Amino acid sequence: MPIWMYIFKRILQSVPIIILVTLISFFLIRLSPVDPLAELKLNPAVSKQTVEHEIKRLGLDKPILFQYFYWGKNFIKGDMGTTTTGEKVSSKIKERAANTLILSLNVIFWTWIIGIPLGIIAALNYRSIFDRLLTLFSSAGMAIPSFFFAVLLLIFAQKTGLFPIGGLTSANFYTLSAVNKILDILHHLFLPTFVLTTLSLAGLSRQMRANLLDVLDSDYVKYAIAKGIPRKKVIIKHALRNAVNPLVTMLGFEFAGLLSGAALTEYVFQYPGLGRLILEAVMKSDINLVMAGLVIGSLMLVLGNIISDILLRLVDPRVGAN
Amino acid sequence: MIKFFKKDKLGALSFFVLVFLYLAILFASFLSPYEKNYSNRKLSYAPPSNIYMITPEGKISAPYTYNWVRKFNPHTLNLDFSEDRSQRHYLKFFGEGFEYKLFGIFKTKRHFITTDTNGGLHFLGCDINGRDNFSRLLYGGRISLTIGFLALLISFPIGLIYGGISGYFGGVIDNILMRISEAVMSIPTFYLLIILAAILPSNMTSQERFALITIILAFIGWAGFARVVRGMVLSIKNEDYVKAAKSIGQTDFKIILRHILPQTSSYVIIAIALSIPSFILAESGLSFLGLGIQQPDASWGNMLKEAQEFANIMYRPWLLAPGFLIFIAVLSYNIIGDTIRDVLDPKSKTC
Repeated sequence: MPIWMYIFKRILQSVPIIILVTLISFFLIRLSPVDPLAELKLNPAVSKQTVEHEIKRLGLDKPILFQYFYWGKNFIKGDMGTTTTGEKVSSKIKERAANTLILSLNVIFWTWIIGIPLGIIAALNYRSIFDRLLTLFSSAGMAIPSFFFAVLLLIFAQKTGLFPIGGLTSANFYTLSAVNKILDILHHLFLPTFVLTTLSLAGLSRQMRANLLDVLDSDYVKYAIAKGIPRKKVIIKHALRNAVNPLVTMLGFEFAGLLSGAALTEYVFQYPGLGRLILEAVMKSDINLVMAGLVIGSLMLVLGNIISDILLRLVDPRVGAN
Repeated sequence: MIKFFKKDKLGALSFFVLVFLYLAILFASFLSPYEKNYSNRKLSYAPPSNIYMITPEGKISAPYTYNWVRKFNPHTLNLDFSEDRSQRHYLKFFGEGFEYKLFGIFKTKRHFITTDTNGGLHFLGCDINGRDNFSRLLYGGRISLTIGFLALLISFPIGLIYGGISGYFGGVIDNILMRISEAVMSIPTFYLLIILAAILPSNMTSQERFALITIILAFIGWAGFARVVRGMVLSIKNEDYVKAAKSIGQTDFKIILRHILPQTSSYVIIAIALSIPSFILAESGLSFLGLGIQQPDASWGNMLKEAQEFANIMYRPWLLAPGFLIFIAVLSYNIIGDTIRDVLDPKSKTC
């Protein structure tokens, strides 16, 4: 099967899943006893027409199954309604989802850059002190609650003054030059990235270590060494290539974990991401926003899985063979 | 197991740490000097009591402490705490305090450590309402450390049976069941958690809330587990003994329960050991956001809620204590999980 066929098939496969996700989310939210338009009606800045438009758009005067179809139709058209403050949900989500994506990709990048070498070193020095220390540190990294770690880093940032306390941009962001703007964003990204990287680093480096140990134990590696190929070459050319493959599959899951884990970190650092948006929306029972955020989050997750599957096919020719 | 612990010192240490923690929460009312809801408004944000063993004259004495006195400082505009040095309050072991029922049966007033009735003993200071942080930590542990177990008791049977049915019957049933579980897994876990927690009505009693939070936690754990069980069942169902059971007319349901699911037990045990910490973390995260366990009940997560205020984390570090306890508990569970995996699945090298 050529790769584009595979991509097409994978996307088709995920359509029923996405429909199910929206069904589950929709009914979960409608289970809640709050009036979805309560705040909109109370907000004096929102006109009566907007409220009536919303009632029509959501089909609130019709049975719940109809409401779902109305919602679905509008969603596909890109109309996600208005927030309780009267803003457009779609524009708000777009901005926040992009921020979360920046953060997540940044974290994945650093996790791979740091985690893979760590895993390799540990596997090559199996049962050495370094190996044991890495296991211990990665256990610790997995055990620390993300929000607590974030709070500790906030203390650090405040005491040393090295890093900004939160947000994504400084107050004077719009007066900065282009280069300084990027530097400013990177400066703000550092602490959230640090928290999330520490958390996912543990899993990745362990996985890499376990994979490499498995591969090093396999017959073809032993054969290659027996044949007299230098160990270094065997490891780099034969072992590493195969040890990385399972990590590519994990990429999708990693992304999923990041989306979830980022919510709390975003909250503590006041980072303008999707997780914090949903959290605030939930607290204000802003139904449109919650629903849209939930679905966009799920879409990102499904997309992440598709991408990791495609990547796996590209790096591992055996996968496509059967 | 015991033999293995001898070799794996870290595993043994973690095991003892957990035993210690669970004993502490079991005897919470005996160990804590104050009731969970005891509050002294004058001691809002009081720092930890200092325990002295040496008097100002340089003599060794029985341990004692001073009371905190709150005073408004007109220069810094702060409420400062200073020690009232006029009266020493000696620590009393097995002294009398508030009345409680040990294990819910034995009525007693004895506590492990108290001080005079007019003295204040706060090992970890007080929170905003002047409640004793140390006592609340012990009571909060009761919720934080048990909610994971309870969630497991719900989510694992569901996952087992769901995965078992899906793998055993295959075909259309398998297809439908797996698509549903994939859909649940496709919603980012934490988003799902906060939304489920948010649709809970706000007028519940704390017991109802505890039960529902447990169910919500269970709701997120089962899908991934069910998928792995399904995979295992797929390979087990073609074994000869399953065919034999079928040929003598055993019902499908009994085959799944009696002959197939027990084969997955070693994976299940490993999965249980590794998933308790994630439940603990999930509860603390929810409560931290104010969507989990509610005041006046204590849980480690909702005690950490105070750390959301900047002044607190800068000037009142004792309020961060629950975070360290979560860390220690989860770390111990993780290490023990690794140990159990090494015992049951010697082939894996992830430890």
